[in-house]
Amino acid sequence: MTQQVLNAIFIGSIYALFAVGYTLVFGVLDVVNLAHSAVFMLGAVFTYSLVALHGMPFLPAALIAIVLCGLLGLLIEFVALRPLRRRNAPPIAALISTIGLALVFVAIVEQATPGTLFGWLWQDGPNSVRFPTGAVPNPTYHLGGLTIEGTKLDILVISVVLMLVLGYVIRFTQVGRALRAVAENRRAATLLGINVDRIFASTLFVSSALGGLAGLLFGLAISDIGPYIGRDQVELKGLAVIVLGGMGSIPGAVLGGYLLGLIEVFAFVRFGSNVEAGVAFAALFVMLVVRPQGLFGTRLRERL
Amino acid sequence: MDFFVQLFSDPVGFYNQHELLIAQIGINAILAISIFVTFYSGQLTLANAGFMAIGAYTTVLMSLYLPTPLPVNMLVGAVLAGAIGFLVGLPVLRLRGIFLAIATIGFVEALRLGVILNVPITGEGQGLKNPTADPLGGIVPILISLPILTYLVWRLTHTRLGQAWAAIREDELAASSNGINVPLFKMIAFVISAILAGYAGALETHINFFVDPTEYSVTRTIQILTFAIVGGTTNVLGPIVGATFLTALPEIIRQASAYRDVVNGVILILVIIFRPQGLVGRGGLAIIPPRWWTRWRASERPAPAQ
Repeated sequence: MTQQVLNAIFIGSIYALFAVGYTLVFGVLDVVNLAHSAVFMLGAVFTYSLVALHGMPFLPAALIAIVLCGLLGLLIEFVALRPLRRRNAPPIAALISTIGLALVFVAIVEQATPGTLFGWLWQDGPNSVRFPTGAVPNPTYHLGGLTIEGTKLDILVISVVLMLVLGYVIRFTQVGRALRAVAENRRAATLLGINVDRIFASTLFVSSALGGLAGLLFGLAISDIGPYIGRDQVELKGLAVIVLGGMGSIPGAVLGGYLLGLIEVFAFVRFGSNVEAGVAFAALFVMLVVRPQGLFGTRLRERL
Repeated sequence: MDFFVQLFSDPVGFYNQHELLIAQIGINAILAISIFVTFYSGQLTLANAGFMAIGAYTTVLMSLYLPTPLPVNMLVGAVLAGAIGFLVGLPVLRLRGIFLAIATIGFVEALRLGVILNVPITGEGQGLKNPTADPLGGIVPILISLPILTYLVWRLTHTRLGQAWAAIREDELAASSNGINVPLFKMIAFVISAILAGYAGALETHINFFVDPTEYSVTRTIQILTFAIVGGTTNVLGPIVGATFLTALPEIIRQASAYRDVVNGVILILVIIFRPQGLVGRGGLAIIPPRWWTRWRASERPAPAQ
């Protein structure tokens, strides 16, 4: 049982890390960025590509992949979000344009085989791969009767530290204050001399970098890297997480991630894997009907 | 280009050769109409794939276990989808905007992963074999239903009901202060949409040999939404044009059909940015020029004489 709780915490960390990026964009821009799951997938794919196809050591590859994902965030902002904001389109429009970008990202990886246009990035088409053995050091620790893999421990430490740093930045720094001001009231923030566009761009950068990191950690821990990992594994579950925690609330997303991890592991142990797959959405549905503001959303405006 | 040459030079041969494509266009058009109805009343609901599943499974299960004729089975599937739409709508339609969209996504996936994959009678992950499947005969009811449903929905948008929907879409608060029963009209739109989606699901099982649960995921709803958005949602022709265009596209550009999703994604982005009203919509062929375009044009123009 303790082993199961540990698993819940590991998978919960990935959910939380993914959902923090999701919820950050929603909190600041009022947009659900459905390309986030594609960036998650690309985080894993970039790292894999650098390590397995281009022979880089793991750590620099991971750093480069994270930066590339951040740049993809800027691409999302400039291609899919900014033109719509310029003409005051309804938030639904941004939802749809990010769906378009996600389609493009996934299809590019899905169609990439050796010799095609994107063969340098990915060679396995729609198939799943894993990091070559030995590319990533993965010691196993034994603690009492528990078995802890080194990568899973890394995941836990990295996610907790990053989420604390993000929380600190948003609460206590000048940038964080500007961010919260923009989230609170865009126009007033502009009047106070905050460069709103720059805040949006940096939000997308940070959010996508976190999403890419979550993706590469997922690929590391679950050993499943492929064009559909974002869409199938975290896109909708990430929505469930941010709804559970309260849309736009960062502490909510973190706790929602761990909560969903626990719910899933519990459902798996109790009812088997078929029920596990559906339980996130049942929880999402019930939460929206009973308490749409989520566990930690107080008023919708107080979000970050 | 052969596609268009054949369409005009040899319509009968074209029909025979592309029968399944035409059937799929018809089904996608009905689905796009179903999402159009809720869109027209100002709600973004993404539950259509779930209602399709209800229509499809009901039809096939009735064909398997009951002696009723097929048209009855299909209608029962559609009505049941509507009834479940009503039950789902009761709690869900209180939500607005993105929350409504997310809740309906939750419904679709909970239905598929939670119910369909766990109830033995649905064949779980295996799906069901359809005993009455008839890929070539199945096109007839589709080609009959599409114009009828299009006409009905088009008429509906011009009745008081349609006006109420338009009023709710433009400004919910103003509509309700003018005495429009907002929850009631939203519910009507949602149930009609569910019935249409259920019916389309039932029609689709008729041209496929299998009912496959993976068909009824959120991905499918997103696809349907794409049809409606690309075609435009100002009137009922938009979704039909969108569904036709996007379903036929991989056939038209055979060479690039591997990159179909790239093309779809790019079209979606271009439409939502430069032509938010969709291909069919007010404003003739006007597009919203991007800012760099106007800026570039301004710098090209000679400076005004002093």
